[in-house]
Amino acid sequence: MTRNLVVVSAGLSQPSSTRLLADQLAAAVTAEGDFTVTVIELRDLAHDIANHLLTGFPPGPLKEALDAVAGADGLIAVTPIFTASYSGLFKSFFDVVDKEALVDKPVLIAATAGTARHSLALEHALRPMFAYLHAVVVPTAVFAASDDWGADSADGLLGSRIRRAAGELAAEVARREPVSVVDPFALTVDFKDLLG
Amino acid sequence: MQFGIFSVSDITTDPTTGQTPSEAERIKNIVTIAKHAEEVGLDVFALGEHHNEPFFSSSPTTTLAYIAAQTSTLQLSTATTLITTNDPVKIAEDFAMLQHLSGGRVDLMMGRGNTGPVYPWFGKDIRAGIPLAVENYALLHKLWREHTVDWQGKFRTPLQSFTSTPRPLDEIPPFVWHGSIRSPEIAEQAAFYGDGFFANHIFWPASHTQRMVALYRERFAHYGHGDPDQAIVGLGGQVFMRKNSQDAVKEFRPYFDNAPVYGHGPSLEDFTRETPLTVGSPQQVIDRTLGFREYVGDYQRQLFLLDHAGLPVKTVLEQLDLLGSEVVPVLRKEFDSLKPAHVPDAPTHASMLAARQEVAA
Repeated sequence: MTRNLVVVSAGLSQPSSTRLLADQLAAAVTAEGDFTVTVIELRDLAHDIANHLLTGFPPGPLKEALDAVAGADGLIAVTPIFTASYSGLFKSFFDVVDKEALVDKPVLIAATAGTARHSLALEHALRPMFAYLHAVVVPTAVFAASDDWGADSADGLLGSRIRRAAGELAAEVARREPVSVVDPFALTVDFKDLLG
Repeated sequence: MQFGIFSVSDITTDPTTGQTPSEAERIKNIVTIAKHAEEVGLDVFALGEHHNEPFFSSSPTTTLAYIAAQTSTLQLSTATTLITTNDPVKIAEDFAMLQHLSGGRVDLMMGRGNTGPVYPWFGKDIRAGIPLAVENYALLHKLWREHTVDWQGKFRTPLQSFTSTPRPLDEIPPFVWHGSIRSPEIAEQAAFYGDGFFANHIFWPASHTQRMVALYRERFAHYGHGDPDQAIVGLGGQVFMRKNSQDAVKEFRPYFDNAPVYGHGPSLEDFTRETPLTVGSPQQVIDRTLGFREYVGDYQRQLFLLDHAGLPVKTVLEQLDLLGSEVVPVLRKEFDSLKPAHVPDAPTHASMLAARQEVAA
């Protein structure tokens, strides 16, 4: 059965090392099973996200992205580390994701930054945020600093970490039923029950 | 079909002049606007209820009674009456009184109110918004239909042998609309009682309105009030017009860009595309409004928001002139020619009285 893998990348530059890491993670997950991959570049949605915060509804392209996240069997979320935490754009996106959308959803968290000193931001910022949303964050979080893309990457440590995290995510997806999205307009109670 | 305007009663600085009307000016102006709505041939004036600045309309029945005394055909309504934080006993009394004073020209629209801090000022909690709306309306419905009421609920003191006075005019309760943007429970509530459903249709995309109205129609039929296309639907709308479309855009843009709700957010062009807001020529407003029917079906009431975001009263009156002379006559003709005979008009006191006399005869 084909499963839906959604990748959220909050990189800002072009090309972006955040997107590079996201693509490598997605490739490693798809190597583990049959997945269709949808990549969401938050940079393209930055104005829509701000407008949603102000008006209360998502413009068309953002609506599609939010629906994709809600309908994902597995999610890869990658952000640059800014000022000791996830980027503001990354957080703003997850602020407008429906609070029920990530319940029991397998999530792989990953981040990029200039130096390895930022790596624990994954554990003290991203992991608690997804725990709050009742997502199931796989144990291995993947961090890539500038060194990992350069000469120091020859040891293959980043690659092995990507494969381990991808294996964990694929396993969590495999042991779950495909996601069914709850229609927010569907009536869940009969009016006579509401009347009590 | 009924056409009219609704006001949220905001007191907003005009961004083009920096002038802010005083409460006294704005309140005087709202009466002028309502009277002019009747003069240009509109059917309905609806007024919001708010208990916080920058809004003035904390006491809609007072304002509506004053307008009723100076008009003769205008239907007076609300947008909305807070069914959550008001005591349903007081709503029953106030609107029955207004019914008598206005000769039955009253209906009202129930809303929950989405301003969190307001609830505790009235001893309520916004997290109980839906249960409050359900229980309070159940009591209001009973108070208008039963002379002596014994009642006990969760949210107010019990009533024993209570009679709400004055009784509704001719013992016919005012028609009620239930307003909502996105709560299916409220569409269900309107359907359960066979009341009207009013979709806000301003802040959110048309696709939301379509889903909510479809749900209401389906449940209206489920509860045995008629076929889905006989349910009573109202829509909000927001327009700004000038003869020349580009003039409308140019003049409205600073008001849009600084508007309290969506200002400093999406562009006018984005918001026009994503929501039913129409800024342009009267013909563009006609075309867009006729298009609403394609996704909600034949409907009974169209209200436009004209006086907001600091627009000067002179401009609002000009908008009313355009609506009355160029837009509404065309819409009336077009909508009426499209509407099948079995689709009813929105009930009014006169139509409900006539229907009762017909049954009796």
